[in-house]
Amino acid sequence: MAPVATTFFFYFLSALTVLSGVLVITRKNPVHSALALIMSLLGQAALYLMLYAPFVAGVQIILYAGGIMVLFLFVIMLVNIEKSQKEDQFNKQWLVGLAAAIALGALFVFVYVKGRGLFPDRAIQMPEQSNTQQVALLLYGNYMFTFEIASLLLLVAIIGAVVMAKKRI
Amino acid sequence: MAPISTLHYLVVAAALFVLGVIGVLTRRNVVIVLMSIELILNAVNLNLVAFSRIWGLHGQVFAIFVITDAAAEAAVGLGILIAFFRNKETVNVDEIDLLKW
Repeated sequence: MAPVATTFFFYFLSALTVLSGVLVITRKNPVHSALALIMSLLGQAALYLMLYAPFVAGVQIILYAGGIMVLFLFVIMLVNIEKSQKEDQFNKQWLVGLAAAIALGALFVFVYVKGRGLFPDRAIQMPEQSNTQQVALLLYGNYMFTFEIASLLLLVAIIGAVVMAKKRI
Repeated sequence: MAPISTLHYLVVAAALFVLGVIGVLTRRNVVIVLMSIELILNAVNLNLVAFSRIWGLHGQVFAIFVITDAAAEAAVGLGILIAFFRNKETVNVDEIDLLKW
């Protein structure tokens, strides 16, 4: 299917994503930050759809917006946020941090302006209907070993999280 | 208006990355620092998927692996946060200095 109003959707979704990102790092209440982060993640999932990656978009919504953010919200409710909201929200070296981040952003701009020709505009024609199938073929074919390593990593993370969060073992 | 090229997506990802770096470097709340790390990982994902539009599906597979890593990182980081909060009753990054002396 031919894409409709690509330009409008791209600018709308990227504005949504970036503005929600700004909200994440400026809000005082961590719950508001988490909700803004969910907005940002959903905008990004829509950008993945625009890039013909429906499987990654689905994983993004189910795993990130559904799983990880619920974990974040649970932990925010476990820790005491009333006290931390009364304190100063930014640390003492915030000016240096901001300057370093802006220098990093200037580096990105420099690289993208200088290396404009390095990113070719040709887009390969991707099969939309069989995207999930293609990803699965790569995942269980080429990247089989990496896939197993990832499952081991998740097991280690589960055990680590339980060990650290438990009061006494 | 000009058609949307790969570079447009890269610029959005760079903006998200810089926002995440600002969050990590300037905020004092550990929860928001962890959320900023999620922003950084998401910017990397957007780059990978944008490049998979040019060079084939490998970028999308790597994006899935990055999401797996992000889940593991969030679980372990929040576990550490709960253990820390139990000991010190605070979520302030500046108070995490036990290994400094």
